Amino acid sequence: MAMISEEHNKEKLGFEETELRLGLPGGGGGIVNGDFGKNTNANGKRGYLETVNLKLNLSLKETEKGENLQKEKNLISCSNNAVKPPSKTQVVGWPPVRSFRKNVMAVQKSNSEEGVGGTATFVKVSMDGAPYLRKVDLNMYKSYQDLYGALGKMFSSFTMGKCNSQGMMDFMNESKLMDLLNGSDFVPTYEDKDGDWMLVGDVPWEMFVGSCKRLRIMKGTEAIGLAPRALEKCKYRS
Amino acid sequence: MAYSFPEEVLEYVFAFLSSDKDRNAVSLVCKSWYEIERWCRRRIFIGNCYAVSPQIVIRRFPEVRAVKIKGKPHFADFNLVPEGWGAYLYPWISAMARSYPWLEEIKLKRMVVTDESLELISKSFKNFKVLVLSSCEGFTTDGLASIAANCRNLRELDLRESEVEDLSGHWLSHFPDNFTSLVSLNMSCLGSEVSFSALERLVSRCPNLKTLRLNRAVPVEKLPSLLRRAPQLVEFGTGAYSAEIQTDIFSNLVEAFSGCKHLKSLSGFWDVVPAYLPAMYNVCSRITSLNLSYATVQSPDLVELISQCPNLKCLWVLDYIEDAGLKALSSYCKDLQELRVFPSDPYGAEPNVSLTEQGLVTVSAGCPKLQSVLYFCRQMSNAALIAIARNRPNFIRFRLCIIEPQAPDYLTLEPLDTGFGAIVENCKELRRLSLSGLLTDRVFEYIGTHAKKLEMLSIAFAGDSDLGLHHVLSGCESLRKLEIRDCPFGHKALLANAAKLETMRSLWMSSCSVSYGACKLLGQKMPRLNVEVIDERGSPNSRPETCPVEKLYVYRTVAGPRVDKPDFVWTMDEDAALRLS
Repeated sequence: MAMISEEHNKEKLGFEETELRLGLPGGGGGIVNGDFGKNTNANGKRGYLETVNLKLNLSLKETEKGENLQKEKNLISCSNNAVKPPSKTQVVGWPPVRSFRKNVMAVQKSNSEEGVGGTATFVKVSMDGAPYLRKVDLNMYKSYQDLYGALGKMFSSFTMGKCNSQGMMDFMNESKLMDLLNGSDFVPTYEDKDGDWMLVGDVPWEMFVGSCKRLRIMKGTEAIGLAPRALEKCKYRS
Repeated sequence: MAYSFPEEVLEYVFAFLSSDKDRNAVSLVCKSWYEIERWCRRRIFIGNCYAVSPQIVIRRFPEVRAVKIKGKPHFADFNLVPEGWGAYLYPWISAMARSYPWLEEIKLKRMVVTDESLELISKSFKNFKVLVLSSCEGFTTDGLASIAANCRNLRELDLRESEVEDLSGHWLSHFPDNFTSLVSLNMSCLGSEVSFSALERLVSRCPNLKTLRLNRAVPVEKLPSLLRRAPQLVEFGTGAYSAEIQTDIFSNLVEAFSGCKHLKSLSGFWDVVPAYLPAMYNVCSRITSLNLSYATVQSPDLVELISQCPNLKCLWVLDYIEDAGLKALSSYCKDLQELRVFPSDPYGAEPNVSLTEQGLVTVSAGCPKLQSVLYFCRQMSNAALIAIARNRPNFIRFRLCIIEPQAPDYLTLEPLDTGFGAIVENCKELRRLSLSGLLTDRVFEYIGTHAKKLEMLSIAFAGDSDLGLHHVLSGCESLRKLEIRDCPFGHKALLANAAKLETMRSLWMSSCSVSYGACKLLGQKMPRLNVEVIDERGSPNSRPETCPVEKLYVYRTVAGPRVDKPDFVWTMDEDAALRLS
């Protein structure tokens, strides 16, 4: 690891001057000749490591830190800004409690009061033809639409059926569901507490979350046996 | 060297070296020592299954008898690593089956183990003795049946905290009638009921059985029968510890426990009915380890039990113990070394128990040998942390989880920087630290300055800028594992300290601000690191280079890029640009 040399300590360098910028080696910016954090005195450019006098920066450079944060934010052009103060129930993996501990508490809680509150309900999701399973926490979603969106994203590379403009499987439309059942497209199904395989979407969302043991995204042709329920439901709704 | 010792003598001397560090040092002395050492190394520890390949291991160490392998990153425990990520055991077993026919021990953590692997283990290693599967998954009870049926010399079968697909309890009945070598059985993570008579017979015919951890399905009234057949037990885990109160069950339990003069460790206690706890009082004076983390029992009953255990060294308990219970703990259990307090209601909006920072302060004051803490609570103050640090400079592991992310000092509303700063400044031997609460870059300055022996650091919802990460990477000389989630760290500190990453086992960053472009650059510049981007939104090429990646996992390796990646993992390397197009 590079050492902070005496000479450099004496110089007060602004925080932003020592910023490394993205770029190919040899181009403008602090990454020189492929060396990181090493002394690059030979061509006069200094690595980030050598020029930061920690004490100095912390006491004087409050404003510069603020500026730097702004620059950080500008770099992020995507909407996926990771740092927002989250509420407990929405954050994956927080608090960091192992799932087998969560489940123990959930069982005991449901024995003593109604409803399971904010506990997690993980179910395995398999898709016909996909080489591996996924897991989803049903409590992360508020509706079927939410769930379909997530499933579509998870398995988007495997879908062979009709895709919308984002390349994601469009499960949301009931009349499309009918089309799907007729073709070789994919249909979400689930195994309930009694071990029966049902079409996703048949029952109210909360009831589904309570009774779903696992999900399987079936090929439309295999879901033919489940079709009558969907058809019936459509009749009642329309 | 003209007058060096003969090989046999050196080998004999090397056999006394058990630590890997020492053996590694020995192998660097000279070529002949390297050769001698590699032929006589019997135990291998692989901290990251992707840091090295089975072929490389086997080529260097041809006579291994025991392997320990770790797979997924630690945050997989909290569902941050998507299913299908990797850490498959099979390639290791298939290579070792050919090259290590005398393999005796396999210990795994966070690996994906299939029934096929288990069957291969059971048939390939004639002298197989020890199988420990810690937090593993991917297998069913059928795989266990193969192990039971075929491993004639099995001593240990420990499934701690693994996720097993429970097809039936029938697997236990596959242990042959002439199988008597069992020393340790931990099946506590299984759901199904095993045949109780098969279990009784197994326990009866294994005179060396020292550890028996049952699963929840074994009811309390059946315990006496097992305890009577195994009075030599040292570690015992009950099943569900509840039944209607019946005096004969109770008295049977008392008698059975009394017969176990060697019991040191107790666990289990699902669904506890407090009235049955006193049945154990006879053995409590010898108990050094107590796992009550499933026992939903109130503080007074916990205190009753704990007050009988003056030799307690390790306690795992739910926050039902409350501050009052921890005060009692600190006065009764002066030998306490490890304390873990788990939350009974982690998602509840309001506290359901009276457990605060005070409990931890009291225990740190009263228990002079306390060195390892995991504590979940809902409020903390700098004053409390400073007091804890001053009370207990001998902490080795300090993991604090304040349940609300970014919760400030509840008294002053300030960040908890100075509190954690006091911890790292006072506890000079600290090897593991987990932070929580409201924290600025300042806490990382303290950590970088003082935490010179720190090996593992877990950070969540903390810091202001890359300066924070830079303090850690540049200051923590002993750092091996760094895991970060939901922090505003971008690429600057990472790129500036890229060389540091080769001195560490691994770095995990999720929901931070490291751009795809930076990941590519890091991968290109550091060929001995695997820089893996995990992103379930699809190929990072479909988004701008400045877009942050969802998750980043960087680790040093001599095995090159993984060949078993799922479609949501990309390795950044010099060919990245070509491969991804």
